[in-house]
Amino acid sequence: MSTEIAPAPQGNVAEEQRPRIAVSALTTNLREYGLIIALIVIMLFFQFTTSGTLFKPVNLSNLVQQNSFIIVMALGMLLVIVSGYIDLSVGSVAGFIGALAANMMVIWQLGPLSNPLVVSIVCLIVGGLIGAAQGYWIAYHRIPSFIVTLAGMLIFRGICQALLGGGSSVGPLPDDFKMLSSGFIPDVIGPLTLIPPTVNAAGKTIMGSGLTLHMTTIVLGLIAVLAYAYFGVRTRRKRERHGYEAEPFPLFIIKTLVASALALFLVYEFASYRGLPVVLLVMGVLISLFVFVTKRMTIGRRIYAMGGNAKAAQLSGINTERLTLMVFINMGVLSALGGLIIAARLGQAVPAAGLGSELDVIAAVFIGGASAMGGVGQVIGAVVGGFIMGVMNNGMSIMGVNVDWQQVVKGLVLLGAVIFDVYNKNKA
Amino acid sequence: MASTILEMRDITKTFPGVKALSNVNLSVEEGEIHAVVGENGAGKSTLMKVLSGVYPTGTYDGQIIFQGQECHFKGIHDSEHKGIVIIHQELALVPMLSIAENIFLGNEHARYGVIDWNANEARTSALLKKVGLKEDPKTLITNIGVGKQQLVEIAKALSKEVKLLILDEPTASLSEKDSQALLDLLLEFKRQGMTSILISHKLNEVNRVADKVTVIRDGRTIETLAKKDISEDRIITSMVGRSLDDRYPPREPDIGEVVFEVKNWSVYHPLHADRQVIKGIDINVRKGEVVGIAGLMGAGRTEFAMSIFGRSYGRRITGEVLLKGKPIDVSSVSRAVEHGIAYVTEDRKTYGLNLIDHIKHNITLANLSGVSRHSVIDDMRELAVANDYRKKTNIRASSVYQMTGNLSGGNQQKVVLSKWLFADPEVLILDEPTRGIDVGAKYEIYTIIARLAAEGKAIVVISSEMPELLGITDRIYVMNEGRMVGEMPAAEASQEKIMRAIVRGEGKAA
Repeated sequence: MSTEIAPAPQGNVAEEQRPRIAVSALTTNLREYGLIIALIVIMLFFQFTTSGTLFKPVNLSNLVQQNSFIIVMALGMLLVIVSGYIDLSVGSVAGFIGALAANMMVIWQLGPLSNPLVVSIVCLIVGGLIGAAQGYWIAYHRIPSFIVTLAGMLIFRGICQALLGGGSSVGPLPDDFKMLSSGFIPDVIGPLTLIPPTVNAAGKTIMGSGLTLHMTTIVLGLIAVLAYAYFGVRTRRKRERHGYEAEPFPLFIIKTLVASALALFLVYEFASYRGLPVVLLVMGVLISLFVFVTKRMTIGRRIYAMGGNAKAAQLSGINTERLTLMVFINMGVLSALGGLIIAARLGQAVPAAGLGSELDVIAAVFIGGASAMGGVGQVIGAVVGGFIMGVMNNGMSIMGVNVDWQQVVKGLVLLGAVIFDVYNKNKA
Repeated sequence: MASTILEMRDITKTFPGVKALSNVNLSVEEGEIHAVVGENGAGKSTLMKVLSGVYPTGTYDGQIIFQGQECHFKGIHDSEHKGIVIIHQELALVPMLSIAENIFLGNEHARYGVIDWNANEARTSALLKKVGLKEDPKTLITNIGVGKQQLVEIAKALSKEVKLLILDEPTASLSEKDSQALLDLLLEFKRQGMTSILISHKLNEVNRVADKVTVIRDGRTIETLAKKDISEDRIITSMVGRSLDDRYPPREPDIGEVVFEVKNWSVYHPLHADRQVIKGIDINVRKGEVVGIAGLMGAGRTEFAMSIFGRSYGRRITGEVLLKGKPIDVSSVSRAVEHGIAYVTEDRKTYGLNLIDHIKHNITLANLSGVSRHSVIDDMRELAVANDYRKKTNIRASSVYQMTGNLSGGNQQKVVLSKWLFADPEVLILDEPTRGIDVGAKYEIYTIIARLAAEGKAIVVISSEMPELLGITDRIYVMNEGRMVGEMPAAEASQEKIMRAIVRGEGKAA
């Protein structure tokens, strides 16, 4: 089909390749698809065991708000791990930034500087500086990242606790600030009431009855899905025009339809509650950005090359030291954002904010298929990995599974995912 | 008359695509020092690995008869048990352990797993006395020099009640004085009745200590010379005596003005600050010219090339690099690349490729700006470039999406070459461009080199295979111990001439 439009540059080779490409497209994407399928299976499992609570709109909103900081930090961690490093300090940096933000807004009277937006920007910059400070030792003095960030983990947890004056918490934080985590986007189009809510005898509406849709969310969702489908088709067209094989058409159609249906289902769920959580929007923008950076930009390519073979990358003219520094600055900024999200959700800064979250973040990246040796890993994988962790947390909590046993299950899932990966790789 | 202690008969060893040894025979008499000489890659080390069981029985053909018994070594333990001990070129000592710990590593005087340190150290002292090393057994290996480390290796061999000691290039990294001491020690062992095999390409050493010399070339035994017949000339002729046939593509050199010059280039070792690795080298390359750098392993050729290429090797680098008569800044790889210099590494797996990524990404890595706009990669352009170079360099793969780690050596080399061709350099430095690849792929690489020269690039080829240099270059520099010790037009060069320059250079350095 495509060969009639434009002759394939490889001539006969392309002809021979066609059936093989179909197979290889499937096998190479198996990891990615498998992960998404695993997430769906896990969600259905908990939907069943929690007797339908998991997919309740209110719970989905909670799920997103509870786990967004893990996913935001996982984006940075993915780049760190792909580069061949590790960052153990992210939880402590998040805690420290939360404490810093709370102090700036509540305790220290800084006048206009206490404005939540200004505070947030300052905090992101501080996060970047922290990343730079750690990255400097890793990149230019070749101190193992494990050690530098282990030190960072201790240091910033300590400063976090000191800033909060020992064991106390600082709050309440301004409502404007809390919007970051617990807010929903405003409905500029206006709600659409499909089923009017039931009114009880006292003349009050019963919570959760009726069905009103948040139209801005619906419209945004539709735009996103259409854009996704449009870009998918456009890329295919472009490949075909240049005479190169794209993935098989039926596979493409199925993939696009399934993804769109899932997205629309989630959009509908959010729309029937209070609309799109602000933090989900932030997350969505960041995920798209990081997918673009890793897949399309030269800096992304260089990061993968550095993680795959640092010496070869260096001898190809890549400044691996500067690149390492940038990866850690990025991680610092995202840790700071994670810290702001945690503080905004709790409405206050607490000494234990983000405690142990570095492990969840790292687990998300590894469940998502990244290699501990560096050079391998996808943004989408890390995001799905993060959601798998989040859904398990959420689902098991609703089921009333003891927190101790939750950890055991999460550990087993992490181990299982990596064993699956290694086993697959050896087979191939 | 002494009896034969070791007889290796018709040893044949093949690696995928390469016949490393074919029907090699070696016969060693008890109590002699038997030298095995040959060019790099002739098969000396492979032969010794067969003998010591590194390549276990069954992976080669032929017989090994030691002390009248046919041996089938399954591993290095078996051969050591028989008293055959090999000391490898790269020392196998643990740097952060003491001399005594190293000597008895895996073989400690112990009871129920508890080490008797007194016994170990007493025996170590005795062994150290034997090899003439005055060091405390508790001294860490990292704190003694390479020469002494070599002696520790020998002491370790002695601890195993060695009957046949094999030394693989023992003096390669030693100073002249340490080398002399080591050779004296070998002679002393001989007086005590020990048999040894000395692998070397330093002919003056061979001349001095060997009772017999076996010459190996291209994986075959050429001849075994008795003491009275040993002379440098005879050995050199025997080592290199082969003709150049049509293994090299024909080319019509079209040589222009000088493009690339290096002046008074000096480099010090990255770790040993007082060891000068490159000692004031001057070279120049003309447009359309292929210049070879000959020399033995360890001559400093790779170090020289890498230090030019963005200071990727060494410290305290001094000297000047000129492109078309103007000095250029090569202080980082990206600057060197910007100025049109490319270096294709000798070790493609470690320094050349990202083995866990596919061909396309590897080809464009050194010139990402060539396939991107505002730092955004144009996927289609990249794919077109990759397919183009795949065709140009004839990379055999199912598609450009094949992992480079799954390619054969020859195809991997073509990917590395493609990467640098896409960077469009003026000066291309190729370090051992055909190492470990089969004959067919070699011819293809030579063809690419010839084409690049015809396009007017200046090309430097570093190679340990002298026929290759004679076959594809226009002019040859000979390097030894960090110096250029000779320069000759390829038309006037011969393997004897090159070898002689190296050997003479060796004498001079002392």
